[in-house]
This record gives sequence, C-alpha cells and structure tokens, in this order.
Amino acid sequence: MEIAVCIKQTPDTEGAVHPAADGYSVAPFDGTWIINPHDEAAVELALQLKDSAGAHVTVVALGPARVEKALREALAMGADAAVHVKCDAMPVDPAVTARALAEELAKRHWSLILAGEVAIDSQGAQVPQRIAGRLGIPCVGAVEAATIDEDHCHVQRMVEGAREYVQCTIPAVLAINRRLAEPRYPTFRGIMQAKRKPVDVVEARLGGTGMAVRRAYLPDSREKGHMVQYGANTAADAVRFLRAVAKVI
Amino acid sequence: MAGNIIVVAEHGEGGVRSTSREVFTLAQELASATGGEWAAVVIGSVEDAVVGSPRVLHVPRPAGRDPDTCAAAAAHAAEVFGTGIILLAATATGKDVAARLAAMLGVALAQDCTGCRISEDTILLTRAPYGGKVNVEMQMLTDPWVATVRPRSFAPLAGSRAAVVETMDAALPAPMLQVRSEAMSKDLDLDVSEAGIVVSGGRGMQGPEHWGILKELVDALGPRATLACSRPVSDAGWRPRSEHVGQTGRTISPDLYIACGISGAVQHVAGIASSKWIVAINRDPAAPIFRVADYGIVGDLFEVVPALTRQLRGSQ
Ligand SMILES: Cc1cc2nc3c(=O)[nH]c(=O)nc-3n(C[C@H](O)[C@H](O)[C@H](O)COP(=O)(O)OP(=O)(O)OC[C@H]3O[C@@H](n4cnc5c(N)ncnc54)[C@H](O)[C@@H]3O)c2cc1C
Ligand SMILES: Nc1ncnc2c1ncn2[C@@H]1O[C@H](COP(=O)(O)O)[C@@H](O)[C@H]1O
Repeated sequence: MEIAVCIKQTPDTEGAVHPAADGYSVAPFDGTWIINPHDEAAVELALQLKDSAGAHVTVVALGPARVEKALREALAMGADAAVHVKCDAMPVDPAVTARALAEELAKRHWSLILAGEVAIDSQGAQVPQRIAGRLGIPCVGAVEAATIDEDHCHVQRMVEGAREYVQCTIPAVLAINRRLAEPRYPTFRGIMQAKRKPVDVVEARLGGTGMAVRRAYLPDSREKGHMVQYGANTAADAVRFLRAVAKVI
Repeated sequence: MAGNIIVVAEHGEGGVRSTSREVFTLAQELASATGGEWAAVVIGSVEDAVVGSPRVLHVPRPAGRDPDTCAAAAAHAAEVFGTGIILLAATATGKDVAARLAAMLGVALAQDCTGCRISEDTILLTRAPYGGKVNVEMQMLTDPWVATVRPRSFAPLAGSRAAVVETMDAALPAPMLQVRSEAMSKDLDLDVSEAGIVVSGGRGMQGPEHWGILKELVDALGPRATLACSRPVSDAGWRPRSEHVGQTGRTISPDLYIACGISGAVQHVAGIASSKWIVAINRDPAAPIFRVADYGIVGDLFEVVPALTRQLRGSQ
C-alpha cells in the first residue's frame, strides 16, 4: 500500500503573528516552524498503517526551502520518502497549492492520500477536497477515526449535532482531524535515519491566484479586563456587569 | 460588479438553520449594494425550508448526505441563476460542501469569513486566520467565487416572506461516499456554534460528575445558553466531542463565553477569540485565560458558579 501524506509547515501555535508594515500582508514569521498539528495526526495514521500493514509512506510538502525541515521531521517519525514541491513563497490561494500538489501526486498511484483538515495558519480548509477533485477520487473531510481494508475506507467524522460514518472506495483522500491520533515522537534512531532518507525536490508549477490579501490588521484588542478576587459581592457585581455594561443577558 | 448571489441553505426539522439565515442577511446586503438578485438554494426536501428568502431554487436529489451531490446540485443552481457569488454557512457541512463546490467550479473559496465590506466597488471579505491572531481582508478574483460565513457573524434575516420556489432538474453524479449519520444524544438542543451564551468547563471541573453546576448556570441564563468544554475534557470522555472548542475543535463567536476552570491555552483561545465578551473563573490569578477575559473572577469555581446561578435566579 502506497500512502502519500500532504504536510504543511506552519508557524508554531504559540508564535506571534503580526501584520506587516505595508498594511496589507502578514509579516514574515520569525519563530519556530512546526508540522501543521492536523497533518501530524495524518502522518501518525500513515505510520500506523505502515506498522500494521506494511504501507510505504511518502510525505509531500509544498513551500519554500524552509519546509524541508518539516519533511525531515516526518521522516524522523518514520516516513519512508519525501517530496519537496518547491516554490519561492507559500501561495495565498489554497487552490494554487492544491493544483501544484495534485500535479505532483498524479505522477504515481497512491492507495491513500492523507492530509490535515485545515492548516492552522491560513485556515484555508479546502486543499484536500481540491486535490481529490483534480484526481477524481473520493474525499472525506474532518476524519476522526479511520480503518482501511483492501478496497475501502471506513471513517468517522463529527458534524453539528451528529456523528457520521462514511464509507468509500480507495484510492481516496482523507482530511484528518488531530483528534484521530496523537503523533509519535521521533526516536533518536529515527532522527539519524532521517538524515539519510531521500528528499526529492521538484519545482512547483503555480498558476494564477484566485484571491489577494488587501489588508492585514490586528483584531481589536480587548481592553484590560476587569479582574476581581471572589468575595461576598462578586456574583452580584458580575451579573450587574453582564446586564448593564456588556448587555448580554 | 458581481452577478447574482445564492446561499446554499442548510435545513433540518426546524426549517432553515439560523446559521444559514445569518448568511441570508449578508446576501441581502450584498444584493442591494451590487444591484444583483439573491436566492436560497435548497437541496433535497423543500417543505421545511422555505423560510426567509424571497426566492428559492430547489434542487431535488436522492436521499442521503453525500456532500459531492450537494456540491453538484449547488453548482447547477449557480449556473442557472447567473451567479457571481456563492455563500454558505461555515458549519462543518457547509465548509466541506463549499470546498467541493469551489473545486468543481475551479474557482476561489474563502472559508469562515467574519465580515464583509465594500470599498470602491470592491467586495472585501474579512477573515481571522492564525487562530484569530490577525485579521485580513481578501479580494476574490475569480467569477464566480465562493465564501463561507462564520456562524454568528451576522444577525439572522428576520421575517418569513412567502418565497417563490423554482424547482430545477439537475443531473447529479452518483455518490462516491456512503454516509450514515447518527444524531448525538444531547442534553441541550442548541448547537454550540449557534448559542448566544456558552458556559464552558475545563479540567478544573475535576470530573464529569460536577457538570451539574454548569448545567444549572446554563439553565439560569436561559434558552440562548449552552455548554462547551476544553479539549482534555472531551478527550477524557467527560463531555461529548461536539462540545470541544479550540484549534482542533469548534470555533465559536457567542455574545458571552464563560470559561470555568480553563487555563486558557493558545489552542483553546483560538476557538473562542471572536466571542464578544469573555468571563473567566479560575483560582489561579496567573492563568492565561485572564489575559483575554473582559471580566475575571479569581476563586474556586465550585463556589463562584453556584453563586452566579443563585444571583441570576434571584434577580430576574
Ligand atoms: C496540537 C494541539 C491542539 C490542541 N487543541 C486544543 C483545542 O482545540 N482546545 C483546547 O481546549 N485545548 C487544545 N489543546 C490543549 C491545550 O494546549 C491545553 O492543554 C488545554 O486547553 C488545557 O485544558 P484546560 O484549560 O481544561 O486544563 P488545564 O490547563 O489543566 O487548566 C485547568 C485550570 O483550572 C483551574 N482550576 C482548577 N481547579 C479549579 C477550581 N476549583 N476553581 C477554579 N479554577 C480551577 C486551574 O487553575 C487551571 O488554570 C491542544 C493541544 C495541542 C498540542
Ligand atoms: N503547502 C502545503 N504543502 C503540503 N500540504 C499542504 C499545503 N497546504 C495545505 N496542505 C494540506 O492540506 C491541508 C488543508 O490545508 P488548507 O486547505 O490550506 O487549510 C493541510 O492540513 C495539509 O495536509
């Protein structure tokens, strides 16, 4: 079984993100970069299928030179091969990313293509569905549990007020939610082996963008909140605040 | 500036969901600004869905919840109606269908928009990426384009004018997914993304057996209120996953969010940052939740929460 996992390198969740001085873009991030947390769970699922069914796992990342580090991290977790779809900067339009990734993925047959539900930075929430659309294969979004047999996958997902059980044939694209599995840590041996594993580099073919950022700004900062030590009058004061100031009850 | 506008409406037993009626409000505003017309697209059964839009494009389809047929039905309606803008609510289903629809049409999609304004004839969509750390305004460059709208970003369109219903025949593809859905058993009927007031419990609640005090607070706050929780709480099975808010759970924007025994990790705050007012109850004055709270109460939640409930009940 050949599995591809699309991983996006994103700023660490704790990292500070600012508008750039130009007022219309987001400033280059200068903190720690991580593998998108949902994608890490996708890598974990692929590695579980490697452990249980001997799957061969290839991780694929599109982006500038820095994303090689994310690929090495996934190799250290246990992925077998990596493809770096290289471009100068991360595209603003997820459709552009999806097109270039789909072009790369179409070069080989995959039993399964895994991705994350959403990138925590740009929050595009569409690359997996677009890849599946381009390849003409089924896609299931926001997957929280999955089992794969010879020719089908059976997955569970949550939507508002309901749990869905979805079945489809493979090959398929599954967009994984982090809740599916906690990713394993790379072992020392894994890290050493990752250094010797191949990272194929291909040039991304990026088409025109379908959207542009016209302004970036900080959200209204909350005024320094009112903070009190709980005491005899707190409940009455708090309720008065909610009624008279916030006017929400 | 743009052609007509459609809203792909989600509907259930109670009619069109409030999250979709909020999108009707945006559609109506955009239609009057651009001089276009707007209509709701209702896929499947139409009986329970004719609420609040002047015009309904009804696409019948086989029973089932396959998102690709939904997207194909919406694409058909968009084509027939001369549509430049396709809107959906940014619910789990709405986002998934929107992604398939945009892929099918080969056009741009902005998910989870929190606002919209028109500047010099250009429609700018507001988004809150990076877990709400920055806001951006996007211009869409394809025709048509697709956007989903974060629940509670607009007021639901009021009134239920009688709609003109046009039924259209669409050749829909055979579903690739077989979907079986199981309603979650819920103590409360309101989805967490639709609630005006959310009372949320974290690990400080110490165990599922203590949720009674939060339910009583919800009760005292009235029918607009519901429950949510932090991720460790749903991971431990204390509360259903549908209540988990944050980076890996739901993103919500209630008028009032009351965090009880929640430390306020960035991953948690990512899901609640667009709440209008945040109240935090935590016994640790250094808990990061107080940095985002408008009203912070330092104290033992097992005292504070029942006191709030008593106060609300006693002073109505
Ligand atoms: C990739 C990733 C994704 C994540 N996604 C999410 C997410 O989507 N949502 C989410 O919530 N978390 C998420 N997390 C986890 C997050 O980092 C925190 O660990 C989590 O939010 C902490 O939950 P908590 O506040 O309930 O528990 P804790 O951090 O343990 O906080 C409990 C709080 O309760 C207070 N407390 C204890 N007893 C009392 C009392 N009697 N009265 C008053 N206060 C009391 C304590 O002072 C403390 O501040 C994610 C983590 C990772 C790594
Ligand atoms: N630049 C990228 N390289 C590899 N995979 C990506 C990239 N961007 C997005 N993806 C994949 O698509 C998923 C959803 O991304 P998005 O649609 O941008 O929110 C991510 O979790 C990744 O699995």
